[in-house]
Amino acid sequence: MAGKIRVVIAKPGLDGHDRGAKIIARALRDAGMEVIYTGLHQTPEQIVETAIQEDADAVGISILSGAHMTLVPRILELLRGQGAEDLLVLVGGTIPQDDVIELKKQGVAEVFTPGAPTSEIVDFLQGRVPV
Amino acid sequence: MATTEEPPETAPERQGELFSTISGVENEPLYTAEQVEVDQERDLGYPGGFPFTRGVYPSMYRGRLWTMRQFAGFGTAAETNERFRYLLEHGQTGLSTAFDMPTLMGYDSDHARSEGEVGREGVAIDSLADMETLFGGIPLGEVSTSMTINSPAAILLAFYLCVGEQQGVPREQLRGTIQTDILKEYIAQKEYIFPPEPSMRLVTDMVEFCAGEMPLWHPISISGYHIREAGSTAAQELAFTLADGFTYVEWALERGLDVDEFAPRLSFFFNAHLDFFEEIAKYRAARRIWATTMRDKYGAKNPKSWLMRFHTQTAGVSLTAQQPEVNIVRTAIEALAAVLGGTQSLHTNSYDEALALPTEDAVRIALRTQQVIAHETGVVNTVDPLGGSYYLEHLTNELERQAYDYFERIEQLGGVVAAIKENFFQREIAEASFRYQAEVEAEQRVVVGVNRYKLEGQPELEILKIDPRLERQQIDRVQALRAQRDSAAVESALARLRDDAAHDGRNLMGPIVEASRAYVTMGEMCDAFREVWGTWRETPVF
Repeated sequence: MAGKIRVVIAKPGLDGHDRGAKIIARALRDAGMEVIYTGLHQTPEQIVETAIQEDADAVGISILSGAHMTLVPRILELLRGQGAEDLLVLVGGTIPQDDVIELKKQGVAEVFTPGAPTSEIVDFLQGRVPV
Repeated sequence: MATTEEPPETAPERQGELFSTISGVENEPLYTAEQVEVDQERDLGYPGGFPFTRGVYPSMYRGRLWTMRQFAGFGTAAETNERFRYLLEHGQTGLSTAFDMPTLMGYDSDHARSEGEVGREGVAIDSLADMETLFGGIPLGEVSTSMTINSPAAILLAFYLCVGEQQGVPREQLRGTIQTDILKEYIAQKEYIFPPEPSMRLVTDMVEFCAGEMPLWHPISISGYHIREAGSTAAQELAFTLADGFTYVEWALERGLDVDEFAPRLSFFFNAHLDFFEEIAKYRAARRIWATTMRDKYGAKNPKSWLMRFHTQTAGVSLTAQQPEVNIVRTAIEALAAVLGGTQSLHTNSYDEALALPTEDAVRIALRTQQVIAHETGVVNTVDPLGGSYYLEHLTNELERQAYDYFERIEQLGGVVAAIKENFFQREIAEASFRYQAEVEAEQRVVVGVNRYKLEGQPELEILKIDPRLERQQIDRVQALRAQRDSAAVESALARLRDDAAHDGRNLMGPIVEASRAYVTMGEMCDAFREVWGTWRETPVF
């Protein structure tokens, strides 16, 4: 599939805060990317399965439930288990600074916190995914 | 005579930024008596009189200030009980309970889906035993309690009622509010478990039960708050919330209840966003629409059925992670709008909430903000001090008009439940939220500290951290409970729940109370309903 960056936008955890996820999904689509939005309440297993099935270049995890230090490392581990560690993992949400550092250490490519413009996320993906 | 002159020319105007409200309602540079048609009797009336545009009570805050009710809950029941007792010792008379995500979604703390979420965004409640701890040492006959829970609301109400019984407080004397507003869950907040129809049946069971047995209890708090937080406009918040309210009324009427039996106990919950006048207009329009519709469409005769009383919370969505201290200012302005709009109770957000749950210091400043408005600004001295402002009355009329337009569209789709299934609300909100974001990114709207007046290298804020060991403690607690209780009683209570759930004509509150007394957990009861009713999953749209 040449040309379009494929991104899965995923909402793990039990919270229903999907305003951010939907805005990002739409902004990426408007920037010419192929966007798959998983919908709410996804388990890490479901997210990884979707990312692999969809042959995604990146997966953007939107999380505001406070469970990011449980759920994101699980997703990274499952991706490694599937040999998909080259898949770019981005996280967006209310993530304290200490956790941002830890998540990046574990393999998250970037963490976007509230107030980040969508253009920054678009630029980041275009810079990191070879088209 | 100055009034015969033409209005002054206002051009040239600043370029770049929009002059419309934050919701996109166009504003004229000036409003005069010529443009704003207001019929004193039809549109305004007096405070405490139909259509209640100017407020629900004649004396408003001269009689009694609004209730300052701060929402709290984290960790296990024991931690939150401590916070509750601290608040009560310091003069608070009302409690407001935040539950954690697993409780809101009907999972016990040891369920696989609960991992990492126990006690994170609220208190974890698995069974009556946790509720006993949560309200231990708190006399339920003397406080009013608000509980923010929806899908499993009936179960939490039953737990509360059982704790009351244990304290010797009969259910007729319990005072408080439980959110129960499942429609806005499908529309915006998305903490649903079952499909809409059985959920609505459960809500109606509660309305019926409370009308008969808990006359001081508010069984539903019809909420626009979450609709707004999901990115809606003020008009959408207003319209969708009222449409939800009318839907609850219609289901209760269908059940055979008399409108005046239950309508006086319906209450509302709105957001207070940053566009100052638009927010005040929203509350005034809401009161007018509710009163008019309850009287003229649903035939309510008791004036208490016409009254829209509401709680307000400042807009979490307006808080920024950048330069968080500035959030104190935003919250103060939003709280002032809520007060000028005539709210009955108010929660002010803490400035650190774009980062984490609030620290005690941050919560204190938020509460002090309300106290400054109440005691230092003088806005409480006169009822509806902005009434009659050309601009405000224009905006009130405009929001009312937009709400009626939405009612018509919803009607055409077959009502609220049908519109939910067609993703109507979800799509409208996503559209509005994307438009606003695009305006911010184009710098047509300025967000201080985010797209203008930025600061590099901010110092790090001290935030509240939840001890991860609490999750393990709560899991041990629910598992110990399961090992100790009378399992035959549990099985028979669950069997009755399943059977009654499968039969539409049976009110489920009785069997839920019975199951609670047998220490059936919240998750087990929800599982029983899941077996009978199935679960809900929306088709995501963006």
